[in-house]
This record gives sequence, C-alpha cells and structure tokens, in this order.
Amino acid sequence: MIIIIDMPKRLVIKDIEKCVGCGLCMFACSRRHGEIGNDYSGILPVSLSGFERGATVIFCRACKEPPCAQVCPTNALTPRKGGGVVYREDLCIGCKNCMEACTIGAIFERRNGKPALCIHCGYCANYCPHGVLGFEEVEA
Amino acid sequence: MKVLKIDLSKYRYEVEDRKDLFEEWIGGTGVAVQLLKEEMDLRVDPLSEKNVIVFAIGPFTPAYPLASKTVAMFKSPLTGNLGESHAGGRTATAIANAGYGAIVIKGKSKKPIYIVVHNDKVYFRDARVIWNIADSLIVGRIIAERESGRGIRTVMRIGGAGNKLVRYACVTTETYRHFGRLGLGAVFGSKNLKGLVVIGRGSRRIPDRHKYKEVYEKILKLALESDAMKKYHLLGTAVNVNPLNQLKALPTKNLKDTRFEKAEEISGEALAEHNLGRRVACSHCPIACIHIAALRIPYETEPYFYKTIMISYDYEPIYALGSMLGIGSREGLLKLIHKVEVYGLDAMSTGVCLAWATEALERGLITEKETLVKLSFGDVDAYLKAIDYIVKQPNEFYRVLAQGVEKASEVYGGKEFALAFGKNEMPGYHVGYATHIGYLIGLRHSHLDNAGYSLDQKLKEIPKPQEIVDRLVKEEEWRQVLSSLVVCFFARGVYKPEIVAEAFEALGYETSPEELKMKGEKIYREKLRLKIKMGFDPDSLRLPRRIFETECFHGKLKEEYIKEALRYWKERYVLPLV
Repeated sequence: MIIIIDMPKRLVIKDIEKCVGCGLCMFACSRRHGEIGNDYSGILPVSLSGFERGATVIFCRACKEPPCAQVCPTNALTPRKGGGVVYREDLCIGCKNCMEACTIGAIFERRNGKPALCIHCGYCANYCPHGVLGFEEVEA
Repeated sequence: MKVLKIDLSKYRYEVEDRKDLFEEWIGGTGVAVQLLKEEMDLRVDPLSEKNVIVFAIGPFTPAYPLASKTVAMFKSPLTGNLGESHAGGRTATAIANAGYGAIVIKGKSKKPIYIVVHNDKVYFRDARVIWNIADSLIVGRIIAERESGRGIRTVMRIGGAGNKLVRYACVTTETYRHFGRLGLGAVFGSKNLKGLVVIGRGSRRIPDRHKYKEVYEKILKLALESDAMKKYHLLGTAVNVNPLNQLKALPTKNLKDTRFEKAEEISGEALAEHNLGRRVACSHCPIACIHIAALRIPYETEPYFYKTIMISYDYEPIYALGSMLGIGSREGLLKLIHKVEVYGLDAMSTGVCLAWATEALERGLITEKETLVKLSFGDVDAYLKAIDYIVKQPNEFYRVLAQGVEKASEVYGGKEFALAFGKNEMPGYHVGYATHIGYLIGLRHSHLDNAGYSLDQKLKEIPKPQEIVDRLVKEEEWRQVLSSLVVCFFARGVYKPEIVAEAFEALGYETSPEELKMKGEKIYREKLRLKIKMGFDPDSLRLPRRIFETECFHGKLKEEYIKEALRYWKERYVLPLV
C-alpha cells in the first residue's frame, strides 16, 4: 500500500534579481479574490528607491513563528502548517497589530482597514513572466 | 467612473461621477477631449494659469495586461494647439486603483507645490525647497522617500527644463517613462507644480469570473507567445536602427543624409551586447520593453573610482541624440540621453533643435556668439554643454531655441532645414510619403498617430496621394480606440477589434468591432474639431525643404504629391467639420 502524504507548499523566490517590477503577481492575487485591482493583494512589486536600481517583490516569507499571529487579539491569524498564517476575515477587527508586527512589512492595508496578506496559494507564480516566483513543497 | 478635479489656485478638489462620459467616449483620448472642451477656454495662452491638464485612463486598466498607459491632454506651449502625450510606468494603474478614470488639473499655485492623491484624498505639499532641483531623478527620489505608497504609486515630476519653461520639457514618471512630447513639463512649471503623486489601493468586483479569466489568459498568451510583440521582447524599439539605416530612412546630421556610417555602433544589437544592464516593465505588462544601459564612468581626477549610471534607451532618443547629431559612440550617445533625462527634456525636440543649430552655425546664419560653444556633428562635449544652455538660457539665442526649432528658424533663418511638422520636431523616420503626410495630418503630429513610416515600408508602389491619406486616417481612427482604452500602442497587434469587443464583454459591456470602429471615427472627428477650435489651420502647415532634398526609401520626394495629399485631407476630413 502506498501512502501519499501531502506536503504543504509555499510561495518562494527563485531569483529576485530577475524581477522587472511588472506587478503581474499583484494583479493575479486580487483576481484570485474575484477582484480587479490591488486591494486584496498580498504581494507588492516595488522599485529599489527608483527603477534605476531595479525592482523586487515583498510578500510573506512563511515564518515558522509568525509575529503577526502572535499579536492578533482575535485569532484571525493563526500559524499555518508549513509556515505563514491562515487568515479568517470574519474574526478580524482591523486593529492593524499584524501590520506593525511584521518585520519585513509584508502585510498590507486594504481600503477597509483590514489586512491583505499572502496565504501561499501559489496562484501568482503562474503569472510571473520572468521566473522570479515559484511554488514549492516545504517540510512541515 | 470618477473624475477628480483639482484647482491649484484655490487648493481645492472635487470628485464627480462621470459614467456618462466613459460610456460614450470609452476613456483616455476620447474622454480627455471632452473634459478639455468642458473645462478650458480654448483660446488661452498655454503657459497661463487658465491652461488645463487632463490625465485620463481607460476601462481596461487595471483589468487587462498591457493597458498600462495614461493619456495627458493640454494646450501645448510648443505648438499653441492641442497637446497630447502618452506615458507608461505606473501612472495608469495607480490612477485606476485610486478609483479614478481621469484627473483634471486647473489653475496655478501661488508657491511651488507638489500634489499627492491618495485614494479619495488630495494633499497639497510645499515644494519650495525642491523647486530648483534640476535633476528629475533626484526630485523623484526625494518625493518617493517622503511619501507613502511604495509599490502602488506613481511619481510624476519635472526637472530643470520644466522649471525654466522650455517649451518641450517633459513630465517624467517612474524615472524612465515620459509624457514626452509637446511640453507638458512647461505647463507643470507654469503652474508652479513640481510633481504629481498618485497612490492607489483599491479594486472592483469581477462580474463574470469565468469569462474574464478566459479573456485575460487569451490576451496574456497572445502577448507572450505570438509574434505580435516579439520586436519589443528582444532588442526593444532600438531594433529599428539598423533596418531603417539600410532602408535609407534614418535621419542623419539634420537629415542631410539618411544613412549613418556609424549606425551599427549605436544599434539595438550593439547596445544590447555591450551596455544593456537591466530591463524593467510598466505596471501590468509582462514584456518589460524598457531597456536600461549601464554606463561605467571613471571619476575625472581620482584613479580607480567609478560611478555607474543607468540610462534608458529607445529608438527615438537614439535617432535624435545619435544619428541626427552625427554621434556614433555609444558612450557619447548614452551621456546625451542621460543629460536629457536628468533635465526632463523631450529627447526628440532637443536633438532636432541642436541639429538645426549645428547646420545654422555651419552656414553662418548664427555664430559662436549665439551658440557659445562650437557645435559640430559628432561632438558630444559640445552638445552636452548646449543642452545645459537650453535649460539655463544664458542668452537670447538659447531663450529662443528653448521655444522650439520653428521659432528659432523664424528668428534666425534656416526654415528650409528646420525639421518641424505642425511646429513639433520630427520623429526618427524619413521613409517616404506616408511618413511625412502622417506627421502633417496626424492629430498629435507623432509617428505613432497613424504609422505612416510603417505604411511606406509596406507599399509595393506609390499610390495616389488620396489613397495614402485615406489609409492613414483609417489607421488613426482605430488608434483613437486604442488610445481611449488606453492600451500600449506596442500591443496593437494583440488588441485587435474582435479581442477588444470580447474584453469589454467579459467586463459586462456589450459592444462589437463595428461599434468600436465607429467610436474611433467619432473620436477622431471630435479631436480634429477641438484642434480647429484651438486655431489649427491645415493651410498653415509648413513643409521643410530638406525633406525633398534628401533621398529616402521612396527616393526623392515630390512636394506636389504631399501638397495634393494635404488639399485632399482638408477637403475630405477638415472642411466638413468647420
């Protein structure tokens, strides 16, 4: 008998130096939520103080001990198997503690004051045209 | 769709719901024409506080890839007529995500300011301290570090050229993209407006997820896998240098020639091989056609110290500051492009003005007393100094040259080799009849209006002038749709009428290729009517003698042919609107 164990996956960087700042990942992320735009996006394409120095993307790096979950007063954010967090919007009161707690600034504020963050679904990686993003299995 | 109106004289703003405008006129160019008509007294002085600036985007931003452009419309201080300029970067998606279809800027601030639009709020920021910074890159960096919204904003700003009201100053966005042509930078300068930041975070519900995904994937696939955008995938627009040179169509040394002996040196191939350091993209575009060269320059006096500057190159700056000025060294060319970038000048106008000045000096119409430096084709250092002078305007000659080549040749002579069409300096194509007729009748006098240069290359034999005019107008009418959507013209091979109709349908709007084409015709007429009301007169179009002297792909052009084309265009397309 063969037992298949589903390994958790996470969004990873394959080669950050290849990022051209096109933001296709950001728009894909909101599309995944049924939205056109960037309000729901948990990934942010930025220039490095101007495009003369290139571009990069900012998103959750799937912490094993996520500080954002630690400071969440309502358990809207809880640690996820394989790193990062699971987000339950219905429990969120929009206190923004998580945004302040994230060391790398990877939790973004939506128009309604609640967080937009990467849940490692990997959807955006399908749209990265230049091999910056990947979606890989990780040890749980 | 909402329109944000900002009044700089009163430091106030208001938001209006103008669904009506966007339903009838699509967006971008179509809507901007209507907003200008509503907001502006069309006879005003372009550098007075009564000039109005409209930035407009279209219904495909940010829904689809390659809908990455913004249309700016204003009265041009260079031509005194309608000014229209398009730019990429992050401007379009930032405006869309902030919740607007258009932004209108009116009035004049008493003191230097820059504006920050953050979703539904507008802030008027003190810019007195940064007003006199001539380097647009530094201005951008300072504003970017001071404001929030990293990654979801656009930072549009002017450099020294806009401050000093050079009539072909541009507005730069995201360091390397420009509202380049027709002097929007001078209009910013005249309003005491150093910059405009738009920070946008927002989204709207997808009406039909299944259909939308299907169309989205189709467009993306076409962009990435078909030949529709191949040219821009690889060498970028600089790919044109070698073929145009071989066709005898590359304007060289003020169009005394159309073959440049050093074209190979400054070609897209050579730049890619020796200098290309990085590529970046406009927002929501997978192509990343922005080619950036890395130039390593030693310090003048200290050994083993280097600075490395990153310089964006495209075909037009290569033509205008390269072949047109006889510059055959890549390093020299890149230094000139960088200089123009720093000041926020339009590269094409700057190159054409300097090329004219060089020939005028050769012929003795002006002396070094005027030019202050001995301009000669191929001399990089002289041109670097002359660009400083265009911005600083230390004497009467440079004050005049800063008003464009039309004005300069009126004052100093040499009109026959002053290469402006409708008072706008020429782009880098001397291919044949359609090229020049295209510049003359194009509604923003740009090579991208109707792609005459491309039509010339496709013609097996020269048809009647009437046929060329009809084909150019037909192409331009469709391009009104593209610039109303607003999609990048480089994606015109992707956004064919059928795809555009499908894309609309997926967003919940019924339309058809036929209806779209009709809208294109309607917008074309509206824009032409607006130009006429601003004083445009086809009879006043000047044909520089030089274009008939220098051989092109079509051989030597005949003046009568172009005049016949203009007569026909006036009768068939202009007079019915008067």
